[in-house]
Amino acid sequence: MNVIIQAGAAVDIARLSKIYKTREDEDVVALDKIDLKFEPGTFVAVVGPSGCGKSTLLSLLAGLTGASTGTIAIDGETINKPHPKIGVVFQSDLLLYWRTVLENILLPIEIKRLDVARYRSRAEELLAQVGLEGFGNKYPSELSGGMRQRVAICRALIQEPGLLLMDEPFGALDALTREQMIMDLQAMWMRLGNTVLFITHGIDEAVFLADRVLVMSPRPGRVDLDLNIDMPRPRQWSRIHENKDYHGYVRKIRDIFEAKGILVAH
Amino acid sequence: MRRKKSRGPWLERYSAIILATLLLGAWQVLVPLSGLSEFVLPTPVAIATRIVNELPLLASHAYVTLFEVVSGFAMGVLVGIPLALAIFYSRAFERAIYPILVALQTVPKVALAPLLVLYLGYGWAPKITLAFLISFFPIVISTVVGLQALDKNLVNLVRSMGASEWQTFFKVRLPAALPNIFGGFKVAVSLAVIGAVIGEYVAAERGLGYLQLQANSLFDTTLNFATVVAISGLGVMLYFVIDFVESRVTYKRDTK
Repeated sequence: MNVIIQAGAAVDIARLSKIYKTREDEDVVALDKIDLKFEPGTFVAVVGPSGCGKSTLLSLLAGLTGASTGTIAIDGETINKPHPKIGVVFQSDLLLYWRTVLENILLPIEIKRLDVARYRSRAEELLAQVGLEGFGNKYPSELSGGMRQRVAICRALIQEPGLLLMDEPFGALDALTREQMIMDLQAMWMRLGNTVLFITHGIDEAVFLADRVLVMSPRPGRVDLDLNIDMPRPRQWSRIHENKDYHGYVRKIRDIFEAKGILVAH
Repeated sequence: MRRKKSRGPWLERYSAIILATLLLGAWQVLVPLSGLSEFVLPTPVAIATRIVNELPLLASHAYVTLFEVVSGFAMGVLVGIPLALAIFYSRAFERAIYPILVALQTVPKVALAPLLVLYLGYGWAPKITLAFLISFFPIVISTVVGLQALDKNLVNLVRSMGASEWQTFFKVRLPAALPNIFGGFKVAVSLAVIGAVIGEYVAAERGLGYLQLQANSLFDTTLNFATVVAISGLGVMLYFVIDFVESRVTYKRDTK
């Protein structure tokens, strides 16, 4: 098996704002002049309550919506529409049920009118990497929820994206599957080295997975805390609670949410 | 290798055939016992025999009806699908056309049959038109519903891959809507049979509806029943043709 290595992309976000208009013609500031720089190969997690602008940030990076002000640059290239260097994993797997696993993974290749045959072996390698060797000709309905999300990750990785966007990718999975997926994602990322932007509600998985956690709060959407997570890898989910630093990081994030009234202590 | 099967699944698999056989058997036995004349209520065996004997006659009329049904249904598809697409893609068009469509749908199409004969004559034109009018509504509605039911996130997914609307339609929207569209086709083709036969009742010189009226006027109840069987057979056959096409072009979500 060939080892697939993907170089991470540098991300440069400058003065980025997004203002939505409501039906009553009022302005809602979803993102307020955000400045962020991601070093190539960094795993960045974003935590925050619903409405804090984290999903807006992801849509902007994915090129699905346009910014109101500011710019996003990937490896120095300004983006304003979907970019081939960016792969997206959504909360639900969004596999097309009438296509086989392999056909689903190759969908981005088809859409970009590239040579599908050339990417077939790569798709099979990716499947093997996520532990689904030989599942290429199965249909999504024959797979469990965790397996389907693994296929969705392969689909996002087929084009060797420098930046992988993940929007609460494990939110719909049961606790045990989620734990396994978190471990597997870490292992895969350590092999591939993409820059990752991982959006989640889970403080625990954010601190566990990330090099850097951004804590956001709503109205207007801002980054309240930019926390570097300095813990050796590979990290063990089952042993992470024995790590003093881990609890310190989690505490800092909770303090922000409590100060903002997002989490209320009784 | 044959394995012994429990009685339950066997009974379940053939239950419909068994029940149908029992009902037909009861009919066969009860007609002579009831003292009813064969002119009033022929037995299933008599009807089946008559069908076999009159096969060329039935076939010659069935061809005409089949032609009318298929033409009307095809027109329904050719007009219904583009109309559904226009409704789906244009809010203004949807607002303009939907109330009219619903209002038209409340008109019983059968009531238009005499008018159609008046305007289009005694040939196949009014039958095809009736089959078209009656079949196109379910095609439009099921296509629109199928297109609208799509998960918005799927559209975002393919857009994040850089898909154009053209690609989004052919890669996602259309395949996702196909089960609905074929559901509409199945309803439509059964209705198209009704449309064509009603058209033939009103005024015709050929077709199964015409043959049935003739049998009626001659008090030939057996032929009358034979025609009913032929009309049903036509509907069932067309239903299965569509079902077959569907199985070729779609993947059923729940087949395992």
